Amino acid sequence: MNQRIFAGFLIVGVVMFAIAPVYIARAPYESTMGLIQKIFYFHVPAWFVMFSAVFISGIFSAVYLFKQKPVADRIAFAAAEIAVLFGVIGLITGPLWARKSWGVWWQWDARLTMALILEMIFCAYLLLRRYGGPGSDKLAAGLALFGLANVPFVYISVNVWRTIHPATSVVPQLAASAPGMFGPFVWCTISFFVLFFVMLMTRIRLEEQRAEVERLHLIVEKG
Amino acid sequence: MRNFFRVAWLVMRKDLKVESRSWEMVSTTLFFSVSCVLVFSFAFVREGRPIEGAAAGILWIAVAFSGTLALGPTFERERYHDALRGLLLAPVERSAIFAGKLLGIVLLMTLVEFVVVLLVALLFQAPFIANVLWIGALLILGNFGFAAVGTLFAAMLVRTRSRAVLLPILLYPIVLPALIAGVMGTLAVIQTEPNFDLARFWMSLLLFFDVIFATLALWTFEPVMTE
Amino acid sequence: MSLSTFDFNELTVSRVSRHYGRRRALDCVSITLRSGELVGLLGPNGAGKSTLLGLIATLIRPSSGSVAYGGRPASETSAALRSKLGFLSHDLQLYTELTARENLEFFAELYGLEDPRECAVRALKLAGLESRGDDLVQGFSRGMCQRLALERVLLHEPRLILLDEPFTGLDEAAGRTLVERLRALKADGRMVLLATHDLEAVEGLLDRIVILRKGRLVELTDVGASLRHSYRAELSRLNQP
Repeated sequence: MNQRIFAGFLIVGVVMFAIAPVYIARAPYESTMGLIQKIFYFHVPAWFVMFSAVFISGIFSAVYLFKQKPVADRIAFAAAEIAVLFGVIGLITGPLWARKSWGVWWQWDARLTMALILEMIFCAYLLLRRYGGPGSDKLAAGLALFGLANVPFVYISVNVWRTIHPATSVVPQLAASAPGMFGPFVWCTISFFVLFFVMLMTRIRLEEQRAEVERLHLIVEKG
Repeated sequence: MRNFFRVAWLVMRKDLKVESRSWEMVSTTLFFSVSCVLVFSFAFVREGRPIEGAAAGILWIAVAFSGTLALGPTFERERYHDALRGLLLAPVERSAIFAGKLLGIVLLMTLVEFVVVLLVALLFQAPFIANVLWIGALLILGNFGFAAVGTLFAAMLVRTRSRAVLLPILLYPIVLPALIAGVMGTLAVIQTEPNFDLARFWMSLLLFFDVIFATLALWTFEPVMTE
Repeated sequence: MSLSTFDFNELTVSRVSRHYGRRRALDCVSITLRSGELVGLLGPNGAGKSTLLGLIATLIRPSSGSVAYGGRPASETSAALRSKLGFLSHDLQLYTELTARENLEFFAELYGLEDPRECAVRALKLAGLESRGDDLVQGFSRGMCQRLALERVLLHEPRLILLDEPFTGLDEAAGRTLVERLRALKADGRMVLLATHDLEAVEGLLDRIVILRKGRLVELTDVGASLRHSYRAELSRLNQP
């Protein structure tokens, strides 16, 4: 991993996050919800990152299973951890916002249910890697792959499920929001992705170093 | 290709033969499903009448729970005396072994469900018998998808510690779409004004789920089984 | 690669290592076997004998190094290779809920052998279990299970035979029968790699002896009069820093 690229992203990320609150504060207030609507600037990017992490984890798990490249496993593991982390952020900010804007903590709509299920799958991934014992890397890879394959199904099934029962409209349309909100939103989204990249690289590096320590242990024990 | 089915058939026949010596899996799974349904009947009956649509949910929850119970022993038997290695050493496509195990589980679940469907229909006055073809089709498709994922995960976990606890943790989130489709499809059929188009939609979703996940499972069985 | 035509005369294990996290099970192990050789794999418990056998049997992948069967790696030959492999592990790979005959017939069918019934009958005879053929394996003693398991492994007449502690549970008579069986296999041009603790039984039987200790393989060149004596001497030599 090129140190300079990493450092560059890190600096960019720090700067963007430092400036972000200014943009958010200056963005126009949404008419009905007031201040609480500003959670949106963190909440939606967090989910974007979470889904990206799920996608990366699933794809690299498949690579690991079929090509047995250890680097793929490291990427999958790192991405899974980040998916769980940003998923938690999303699952906490979501209900906080929902309570104020819809009056309920939770809604069984397609997106929320899918997010919850994905979070559960990747929590299970982490549990498996921790408590599964030897060989759990392959098993977890299988789980992540199946989890990824599941995404369209959960979306379709819960979507059609929800149309049977009446539901309040859930996600604000980006196109419909005032242009004043769009700018800060894009800024925050980019910041989150920069953060994602930085965290992913750090975590992968950690795994690489762990593998290196194991390798050195083996060499030392040789004698 | 023919060899694939031949091997799957042999493995399934062996599993049936082993099961027929003690009927342990059939009897425990059956008993458990019945207990499940009875517990639910207390939870979901108000003033002597079942809650609207509860029958569909109860049927599928019983399927999910008893299916998970059945999966454990399937591979536990192979683990004992390391018989699974004997299978993996055979000069056959390893995915064919998986297919054989899968068919055995589907058969077991279907057998148990005959009883469960009757019981739920009776206790909850649900028109299952009147719509037996629809319910049957939904159940078989649902069984297949559930078993495809479940058999793979049970095989994956065969050498893992805490496998009994981990199996439901891993399995349920993945098969949730199939369970939702099963419940909603059943509801569409048994509600007071049945909506068969909707039921057809859920059935096609189930079919799609089965195809995708059975294929995925067949592909991943071999890499996951090699240490 | 057609199942029936693949065959090989040489097994080459080159610098194979296998580790589980920090535990090194095999360390740069190299060994070659040729048709008609009967090689003894000795070593203390936990030395890695079962891992090596499992690895050669294609059940375990090496962390590094390679195994070649007649010059070809396992991945190239897969199912065809397995048709010429026989591996008797320490756990016997038998179904206790089935009878001896059913076990044999199942595996005969699985291996695609012609006339599985006849194969089963022959195998029962060789195992000395003709009278117990229709009894459940559940009721067998360890020795009977061992004899049955061995014949099950030899049903398809494999070229390479891997045996992990085959003398376990065998009384003296059965032990001698096994020795004769192994001699016959050797004469038939098979390759046998045999892990055992039972040094008396294999006295004079083995062509070569290798010792696996803490994952490393050493060939025992000077056997002398007593195998046990030489083995002990070699182990104490290896144990010295």
